[in-house]
Amino acid sequence: MLNHRFLCRNEDLKEMLESNKESLKLEAMKRIVGLIAKGKNASELFPAVVKNVASKNIELKKLVYVYLVRYAEEQQDLALLSISTFQRALKDPNQLIRASALRVLSSIRVPIIVPIMMLAIKEAATDLSPYVRKTAAHAIQKLYSLDPDQKEHLIEVIEKLLKDKSTLVAGSVVMAFEEVCPDRIDLIHKNYRKLCNLLVDVEEWGQVVIIHMLTRYARTQFVSPWREDAMFDENNEKAFYDSEEERKVEQTKPYIMDPDHRLLLRNTKPLLQSRNTAVVMAVSQLYWHLAPKHELSIITKSLVRLLRSHREVQYVVLQNIATMSIQRKGMFEPFMKSFYVRSTDATHIKTLKLEILTNLANEANISTILREFQTYVKSQDKAFAAATIQAIGRCATNISEVTDTCLNGLVLLLSNRDETVVAESVVVIKKLLQTQPSQHSDIIKHMAKLFDNITVPMARASILWLMGEYCEHVPKIAPDVLRKMAKTFTNEEDIVKLQIVNLAAKLYLTNSKQTKLLTQYILNLGKYDQNYDIRDRTRFIRQLIVPNEKSGALSKYARRILMAPKPAPVLQSAFKDRDRFQLGTLSHTLNSQASGYLELSDWPAVAPDQSVRNVEVVEPKFYSDSEEEEEEEEEGSSSEGSSSSSSEESVSESESEENSDDSNKSSSSQSEKSSSESDSEKKKKTLKNKKLQQQKPDILIITYLPPQIMQKTLLLIIMTKYILIHIVLSISTQFFVNCMCSLLHLCVFLACQFDVVSWHVHVSLQASSPVFVPETSHELLHRMTGKGLSAQYRFTRQPCIYGNSMVSLQLTLSNSSDQALENIHISEKSSTGQNIHRFNAIGERHTTKEDEFSVSIQPAVGELLLPITMSEADFTKEQGNTNTSYWHADETPTNRPIHFSVCISRFAGKTVSSGSLVLVSVALKDPDAVITINTEKTVIGSMLLRQFKTALTNSCP
Amino acid sequence: MPVLDITLKDNALIMIHSLFLINNAGDLFLEKHWKSVISRSVCDYFFEAREKAVEPDNVPPVIRTPHHYLINIYREKIFFVSVIQTEVPPLFVIEFLHRVAETFQDYFGECSESTIKDNVVIVYELLEEMLDNGFPLATESNILKELIRPPTILRSMVNTITGSSNVGETLPTGQLSTIPWRRAGVKYTNNEAYFDVVEEIDAILDKSGTTVFAEIQGVIDACVKLSGMPDLTLSFMNPRLLDDVSFHPCVRYKRWESERVISFVPPDGNFQLMSYHISAQNLVAIPVYVKQNISFFETGSSGRLDITVGPKQTMGKTVEGLVVTVHMPKVVLSANLNATQGTYNYDPVTKILVWDIGKLNPQKLPNLKGSLSLQSGAPKPEENPSLNIDLKIQQLAISGLKVNRLDMYGEKYKPFKGVKYVTKAGKFQVRT
Repeated sequence: MLNHRFLCRNEDLKEMLESNKESLKLEAMKRIVGLIAKGKNASELFPAVVKNVASKNIELKKLVYVYLVRYAEEQQDLALLSISTFQRALKDPNQLIRASALRVLSSIRVPIIVPIMMLAIKEAATDLSPYVRKTAAHAIQKLYSLDPDQKEHLIEVIEKLLKDKSTLVAGSVVMAFEEVCPDRIDLIHKNYRKLCNLLVDVEEWGQVVIIHMLTRYARTQFVSPWREDAMFDENNEKAFYDSEEERKVEQTKPYIMDPDHRLLLRNTKPLLQSRNTAVVMAVSQLYWHLAPKHELSIITKSLVRLLRSHREVQYVVLQNIATMSIQRKGMFEPFMKSFYVRSTDATHIKTLKLEILTNLANEANISTILREFQTYVKSQDKAFAAATIQAIGRCATNISEVTDTCLNGLVLLLSNRDETVVAESVVVIKKLLQTQPSQHSDIIKHMAKLFDNITVPMARASILWLMGEYCEHVPKIAPDVLRKMAKTFTNEEDIVKLQIVNLAAKLYLTNSKQTKLLTQYILNLGKYDQNYDIRDRTRFIRQLIVPNEKSGALSKYARRILMAPKPAPVLQSAFKDRDRFQLGTLSHTLNSQASGYLELSDWPAVAPDQSVRNVEVVEPKFYSDSEEEEEEEEEGSSSEGSSSSSSEESVSESESEENSDDSNKSSSSQSEKSSSESDSEKKKKTLKNKKLQQQKPDILIITYLPPQIMQKTLLLIIMTKYILIHIVLSISTQFFVNCMCSLLHLCVFLACQFDVVSWHVHVSLQASSPVFVPETSHELLHRMTGKGLSAQYRFTRQPCIYGNSMVSLQLTLSNSSDQALENIHISEKSSTGQNIHRFNAIGERHTTKEDEFSVSIQPAVGELLLPITMSEADFTKEQGNTNTSYWHADETPTNRPIHFSVCISRFAGKTVSSGSLVLVSVALKDPDAVITINTEKTVIGSMLLRQFKTALTNSCP
Repeated sequence: MPVLDITLKDNALIMIHSLFLINNAGDLFLEKHWKSVISRSVCDYFFEAREKAVEPDNVPPVIRTPHHYLINIYREKIFFVSVIQTEVPPLFVIEFLHRVAETFQDYFGECSESTIKDNVVIVYELLEEMLDNGFPLATESNILKELIRPPTILRSMVNTITGSSNVGETLPTGQLSTIPWRRAGVKYTNNEAYFDVVEEIDAILDKSGTTVFAEIQGVIDACVKLSGMPDLTLSFMNPRLLDDVSFHPCVRYKRWESERVISFVPPDGNFQLMSYHISAQNLVAIPVYVKQNISFFETGSSGRLDITVGPKQTMGKTVEGLVVTVHMPKVVLSANLNATQGTYNYDPVTKILVWDIGKLNPQKLPNLKGSLSLQSGAPKPEENPSLNIDLKIQQLAISGLKVNRLDMYGEKYKPFKGVKYVTKAGKFQVRT
C-alpha cells in the first residue's frame, strides 16, 4: 500500500518533470531533493531528471546537479548522457558556470569519463578565473580517488597550480598536494616563500591545510632550533656537500635559524588572532613543533582564549593543552585558574581540566590546587569525584612535600557516604602506601576496620592486598580479616577471591601457626570455584606454599617469591606519550593513528640545501598589508624563474653563492623592503658586493591618481632579462584599494635609441657605478591616447634588488580624467613571439568599459649594460681573447672632422641579462675615430656600433 | 613511502564525507553526502554513545567506529554528525559544523529542526556551496547570500508564481577579491555603523563570597550598513586593557600591533568584529553578591533554602535581568519557596530551580526562602548545589573599556555612528 503510494507519487513527479512549465519542473526537483535529504530512494527518476540538465533556469539546473552527483554512480549509462552538456558548459564565458560544470563533472564517479575529467582539469588549471582554478584543484582530489593511476598526470597539474599566485587557489591546491603526493616535498621548495607570504590572505580553511603542510615541510628542511639537539647535530659529519671551510664554521658557531624557518614562524604568528579556532590550533601546533622553546609562550594566551568557545572546541583544545602541559608546565601555569572546573561543564571537559591541573601542580601551587580539588571531591558527578581522587593521588606521588597531607585527606574520604568515592580513595591509598608502608600501619588498621562497610570489589581487593603485603605491620588484624573472608568467600567477586587466596598464602608463610587451617580451608574453596582463573591460582599457590614431594625446589623460595618487595606503581598522566602524534590532529585526539595520518619526521641532523627555495622574486602582499606602509612592492615569480636562476649559477661559483645569499636576504627582509626609494638604496648597499655595485638597473615608480584627493602610489619594478621585461605592480595606499594588484608580465621588443649624453660619460670615466642618471623620462602613453591615463618611464640606473640580470625602470602613471581608473594592468599582445602571460586582473567584472593601449618601452642598448671596473691590462687581454671570433671594429666613416685630441677611451661592461662581456674602446685620432667593440652578442654589438656612429657624427660641431 | 601510498589509494580522501542531522529524540531528519553514499547505519555508533552519555552535552565530540570517525557538535537541540574517513584536524570539522549552524541561523532566523525541514532545498543548496568534495568552498555569509538568496515570504510567493529562482547567476564578487567578506556595489540611503561592546564576566565565587577566579571576556559586535568600500578605523581610549584579542579576518593585524587601532574594511551587515579578553590579573569588579544558605536535614527528608542577592560593584548602574539558576541534587523532589521579588520555578525532572528576579532594587533586596522536600529514605546529598547567576547591566563595560573614535576613509558621505555598551554575566558561578 505504502509502496504503491510512493510509486504513484513518483509517477506524479515524473509527469511534472516532463511538462513544459519551468515552475512545475522546479517544484518537482525541489520535492526530489527533499526525498534525497530524507535518505529516500529517488533513483528511478534518473531518466526524467537527467533531461533537464541543460535547463536555462539556473536553480533548476543546480538541483539537477545535486541529483546527478547523488545517483550518477548507480546509473552510469544514463549519466553519460549528461556529459556533453558539462563539456559545453566548461567553455561558457561565465566563470561560475564553468566552475560548477567542472565541480559536477568531477563529482560524477563514473570511471569511463576519467579521460574527459583529466582533460577538463588540465584546461581549468590554466583558466583565467582563479575561482575556476580553485575548482580544478578540488577536482584533482576527486579524480585521484576515482582513478589513482592518473597520479603522475595529476602531479603535473598540481605542480602547475602550486605556482599560482592567487590566494584563492593556494589552500585548495595544497589540499590536493596533501592527498595526492604528500611525499613530493620537492614540489614545495620553489613555492615555500610564496606560500609563507600569502598565508595571511588565504581563506581560513586553506590556512589550516597550508600550515599543517608547512609544519611537515619544515621538519624535513630545517635543523632543530632546540638547543640540546643543535649541540648534538654539530657532531654529525654528514654534511658532505658543504665545503670543508663551511663545516668548520658551522661547528664552532651557535645555532642560527634558517631565514626561511624564521619567515614561517613570523608569518604564521598573526594568525593566532584568527577567529577561526582551527587556524589558531594549527598555528599553535606549528609553534609547538617548530619554534625554539623560549618562543612557545606566545601561543598560550590564544589557546586559553579558545576555551571560551563551544564545548566541542574546548574538548579538543584541552586535550592538546594536556599534552603540552606535561612537557612544559611553565607555559600554562599563569593561567591555572582558567582550568578551574565549573559544575556546568560536561564530564569529559571536567576530566580534561582536572588532568591539566594535575599536570600543572608543583610545590608552589599545590596547596591552591588541593583546595580546589576538595571542592571537586564533593561534586555531584561521582565519576568526576573519583577522577579527582586519582588526581590527588598523582599529586601526592609527584610532590613529596604533600604526600602526607594528601594521604590524610584521602583517609578522611574513607568515611564518605558515597561508595565510589570511598572505593577510589582505597585504591589510591593503596598505591600511595606502597611508597612508604612502614609509617602507615595505622592507616592500614583504619582500612581494615572500614572493610565491612565497603562493597565495591576493587576497593575490597585493594584492602586485602594491603593486608597481605604488610601483614607483618598488622600481625593481629590480618588473621582476623582472613577469618571473616573465609566465611564470605563464596559470595565475593572474582578479584576479591583472588586477593583472599593471596592474603591466605602470605599469612601462611608469615604466621602459619594461626592461619594454617584457614588457609587450607580457603584453598579448598578455591579448588572448586566456578572460575577457572581462581582454580588455577589456588592450585598454583598450594603447590608453592605447602611443601610436598611434587612441588620440588620452588617451594623453598615461596617466601621470597610472594613477599618480594614490589615497586610502587607510577601514577602518571594518560597524556604521557600523546606527543608522539602531531598536535591538533585527529590521531592525537583519539590517541591512535587514524588512516591517512602523515608522520612528522624528526629534524634532519644537517639542513638540506637551502638554496632550493631560492626564487628570484618575492611574493605579493595583499589586503593585510595594504595599510602597513606608504608604498609597497608587489612581486610575483615569473615562469622564467627557473631559467634565470640557472643562468645565475653558471656565472661563477663565488658569484652564485653571493647571489643566492642576496636573494635570501631580500626575500626574508622583504617586508621591510622599502617603500621609498632612498630606503631601498640603503638596503641595497648592505646587500651588494663589489660586482653588484656596478649594476645600474632602474626602479620605476608609478603614481596613479584617482579623481579624489587620495593618491594611490603604485610601485612598479621592471626587471629585464634578455628582452623580456617583467613588470611587477604593487599598490599601496592609505586607503583601501579595490582594484587589487596584479602581477604583470610584459614582453617588450627592444628598439634602440641612443642616449648620447650618458653614454659619453660612461665611456670616458669607466665608472663602476652610474655617475650620471638622466632625469629625462620617456613617454610611454600620452594622456590623449590613453583616455586620461598617461604613463612615463625612465631608467634610474639603480641596482635591481630582485636579481642581477634585471634592469629597473621607474614608471609614473597619472590620471588626468575625472573618473577613477581601476584595474590597470598590462595585457601584452606581442608580435615578437616571446613568452607572453596574459594577466587577468582582480575585479575585472566591474569594469564596464575596457580600454587597451599598446605601448612599447625602448631602452637604449646602454641601459642593458653594466659597467665593470677592469684594469687596462685585463681589458687588452680580454679584447685579445674575444677578438678572434667576435669582434666588430670599424672606422667611422665620418666626413666631418672631429676636434678631439688623440686619446683612447675604454669602456668595459657586461650585459645585464647574461653577463657577457662587452668591451668598447674608442680611439680618437683626429679627424677619425676607431671604435672597437668586442662582445659575443652580435646583435648588441652591431646595435651599439650603429649608435656610436650616430652619436659621434651628431656631436660634431 | 610505499605503505603510505597504499593507504592513500584505499581511501577516498576527503575531509567531510557526509553530514547527518539528528534531533534530540534521536530522529535522523537530514542527510547529505559529498561523495559516495554512506549508509545511515553508521549513526548507530553515535546513538550508542548518545545513550551512554545520558546528557546530550556529555556526548564525546569525536567517536571512533571501525571504518569511520564521527565528529559531532550539539547545537540548538540538534546533533550535527559528520562522517570522516581519514586524518583531519578535528577542530577544522568542528569549526565548520558550527559555521553551518550559524549560516542556518543567519538564513532562517533560527536553527531548528522545523526551519531546516521547511527550507530543505535551500539547506541543500547551501551545503552544496559550502563544501566541495568535503573541503570548505564558500563559508562567508556575504558570498553565500549572493549565490543563494535567503528566503523571505514575499520572495517565495513571487517565486511560486513566476518560477523565478533563488539562485544567483554570477559568481559573487567577494569570492574573487582579497576581501571575500564584502560584496561590491553596496548602496544604502542611510549610512550607519553601530558597535555593541558586550562584556561577560566569568567568575567563580566561593561560599564566603570571595572571588576564586574572575575574568572578563568581551566582544564587539558590529552592524555596519555603509555604501561603497568604506575603510574604518576604530580606536580605544584605553587599548592597553586588552590582554588578548582575536579578530574578524577583515581587521589588519599589523595596524593593531603597531598602533593599537582596529583598521578594517567591514563586511556588509552584522558581524563580530573582535573578541577580547581581560585577564584574571586585573581586578575584576563583581557586580552582585549572593548570600545563600542551602541545607539538607539528616532526618525528615527535607531541606531549607535561603538566597538573597544584593548589589556590589555596579558602577552606579542598575542590574537587570537577574536570574539565579540552581542545579539541585537528584534527591530533591519539590520546592516550596517564597520569593519577595520575581518568580521561581522548579522542574522536578531536570532538577533545575530557576528564580527570575528581574531588576535589582538596592533598597529592597530580593530574597527566596522556603523548604525543599527530598525523596524519602535517600541519604542526604553530600554537596550543596552551586548557583549560576545571570544578569545584565546596560551602558556599562565593566572593564572600563571605551571606544574613542571611529573614522572613515575611502568614502565621502558622513555615516551615522553609534556605540553601545552592555555587561552580562558569563559563566558566573557561586559555590555553596
